[in-house]
Amino acid sequence: MSNAIAQQRGLAAAIWDYMTTVDHKKIAHLYLVSGGLFFLIGGLEAMIIRIQLMKPDNDFISAGLYNEMITMHGTTMIFLAAMPIIFALMNAVVPLQIGARDVAFPFLNSLGFWLFLFGGLLLNVSWFTGGAPDAGWTNYAPLSTTSPGHGIDYYVMGLQISGAGTLIGGINFLVTIINMRAPGMTYMRMPLFTWTSFITSTLILFAFPALTVGLFLMMFDRMFGSAFFDVTAGGNEIIWEHLFWIFGHPEVYILILPLFGAFSDIISTFSKKRLFGYSAMVFATVLIGFLGFMVWAHHMFTVGLGPIANSIFAVSTMAIAVPTGIKIFNWLFTMWGGSIKMSAAMLWTVAFIPSFTIGGMTGVMLASAAADYQYHDTYFVVGHFHYVIVGGVVFGIFAALHYWWPKMFGKVLNEKLGHWAFWPFFIGFHLTFFIQHFLGLMGMPRRYWTYFEGQSLATGNMISTVGAFFMALGTLIFLYNVVYTAIKEPRASADPWDGRTLEWSIPSTPPFYNFKQTPLVRGLDPLWIEKMEGRKGITPAEPLGDIHMPNGSILPFLMSFGLFIAGFGFIYQVDHNAWFIAVAVGMGLTLGSMLTRSLKDDLGYHIHKEDLIEKGEGKE
Amino acid sequence: MSQEDILNPKQMPSDPEKATPEGKNKFVGFWMFLGGETVLFASLFGTYLALVRSTSGENTPENLFGLELVFIMTMLLLTSSLTSVYAMYHMKNNDFKKMQLWLGITVVLGLGFLGCEIYEFYHYIHEYGFTFRSSAFGSAFYTLVGFHGGHVVFGLSWFIALMLRNRKRGLNLYNAPKYYIASLYWHFIDVVWVFIFTVVYLLGKVG
Repeated sequence: MSNAIAQQRGLAAAIWDYMTTVDHKKIAHLYLVSGGLFFLIGGLEAMIIRIQLMKPDNDFISAGLYNEMITMHGTTMIFLAAMPIIFALMNAVVPLQIGARDVAFPFLNSLGFWLFLFGGLLLNVSWFTGGAPDAGWTNYAPLSTTSPGHGIDYYVMGLQISGAGTLIGGINFLVTIINMRAPGMTYMRMPLFTWTSFITSTLILFAFPALTVGLFLMMFDRMFGSAFFDVTAGGNEIIWEHLFWIFGHPEVYILILPLFGAFSDIISTFSKKRLFGYSAMVFATVLIGFLGFMVWAHHMFTVGLGPIANSIFAVSTMAIAVPTGIKIFNWLFTMWGGSIKMSAAMLWTVAFIPSFTIGGMTGVMLASAAADYQYHDTYFVVGHFHYVIVGGVVFGIFAALHYWWPKMFGKVLNEKLGHWAFWPFFIGFHLTFFIQHFLGLMGMPRRYWTYFEGQSLATGNMISTVGAFFMALGTLIFLYNVVYTAIKEPRASADPWDGRTLEWSIPSTPPFYNFKQTPLVRGLDPLWIEKMEGRKGITPAEPLGDIHMPNGSILPFLMSFGLFIAGFGFIYQVDHNAWFIAVAVGMGLTLGSMLTRSLKDDLGYHIHKEDLIEKGEGKE
Repeated sequence: MSQEDILNPKQMPSDPEKATPEGKNKFVGFWMFLGGETVLFASLFGTYLALVRSTSGENTPENLFGLELVFIMTMLLLTSSLTSVYAMYHMKNNDFKKMQLWLGITVVLGLGFLGCEIYEFYHYIHEYGFTFRSSAFGSAFYTLVGFHGGHVVFGLSWFIALMLRNRKRGLNLYNAPKYYIASLYWHFIDVVWVFIFTVVYLLGKVG
């Protein structure tokens, strides 16, 4: 056999392996790669927006295309970039941190990924079929219900499919954390990243169904002639705003909380100190999660809900600053007196604290309902939410990727390149978004295609665009680092950071069954406890035995692919009834795969003890 | 636990649905899922309540709804919830035949409910011209009640699929959790109906 054919077979086998995998570590890779690609697409859209706004009266792109750009930039970044990358981290880390061999529902884990991917692909197909959605990422009715073409239909179907995947993922992590913890891993010994993933999964569970309903109503209005948002038939557009934000506000906490957890783990590791105020941190996380559901109407202060409703939502919004403040101070106190090592992960983390605090401060400003009438729909809001989402979520993703890269891919990202990526991104971030607060206060509205000369907006917008290019440069250096590390860097040890939690007690990358023997957890920071007592590794909780593993399956892929086909059918049946064939074929594939899954026994398999001993000798 | 112990257990434990780790996960996971479903129906109820006065012409809740049929439907569905409890009772006693029998009765009652609902919708559309598109109230009514009806269809299909699949091999630790969560789903459908009966039909009649 020639080498080329062998390689081809190897590639096909690898692709098939990833298409059918139920291993949480491989699903993490899938989430990271697809989320990363969508992040680049969303970033490209952002660059086009900034080029358009670079100078007054610019016509780099048309007004219609600009609307599509802002809509797809927001939608892509939230649903298709930030969410999946967070799921990548949760998949890669949570089972290892609690000493589990896999997640509770490996099959559903794979299904969640493929649903997300096919939903995201469906949404982006709209670029090539006559126009992307153009009603903003919030998709308010009646702008969305009356938007011509099929762009909004793609938004509805794409988000519905990927939202189902997210919900499934959330339930999976809830059950994993409740049921799969190793002996001794009590709730109050869980690492903060696991805790925040737990709370985030709860938020996903209770927030996403509201979006599901909102999208269904939008779908029925646009494709089946119902009248939910049609005022002439007695409908009410405010229902969409409520449903969207009942989902949408918890969504921003869904995004930020896991990264709060990552920051906590990183700060504690690189300060060589136990996390300051662990139980206060847990309490603050739970409180943020709870309050996150009580504040959605602060996005709707100018709708006219009345002074009582506005006041209640203003106060509850400001209340969130309290648990967030607890977290900020606990991070600072953890570093206080610590033996700090400024690695790339720590650099992103330390930069996050002031950046996010600025975003929190403008958040409290926006929470004042009366003042919000001035800020609403201006660039002040754009500045605010980019400070929390980029300064919080994106910084957090970079920090967490640097921190867990060795566990995910077996190599430590090059530290020098890590620093080089950080500085242009950090400087560019503040250049881009700080000035936007002032542009907003000067009256520049968000979502406008262009602005006139002589309104003193030109300089600020130019600065903002220059900053965006710095951020792009930082991102490119990070990507170069990924390639450089894959080629040049040596394999990482099991514990390159002198870590404290269970994931650092097993090789990087871990064997597919994670733990040869389930670990015994004897306190917070279990690995650190063992190190302090002079032991090399974690004490096992059980003798070496057979390990039960789940089987791979192509069904999750087929189920999601079926919905992808049905999505096209639903979108185009408005034009021609024949498209109902696509609905029938797609739904048939999905429901048929579900029936197969229900009826066919799938008990998994066992790795035998003897094989483990042989493998173990090679590893240690 | 070996595969043999799961598929052909020597003796059935009293809680076969929670005897394996997979069963425990399914049990917790399905309760979580029902939590999400609660939010889904809460959103639909909120939408319905916001639009219930957005009627057109004579087709108001007072004029449309007939409590006689809805009462029969409620009885059918409540009874089917009870019979599914009997089925689970027999599952815990490891009496597979009786479990299948009571599930069969549950399915028959569920089909009866579904028949009534189809008749009800048909009646509204053909006698009153009250459709999904005729007013915002129409959209909200058919969406809320239709989502519930869709859940009934899914639940019935689930029961039938499980009963046919396992009719020859009986109960084991692999299929017991499946039966159990299907019956949890059925109870949830029943609870939602109690709210639909109250909020949509009773309040609709009272005005």
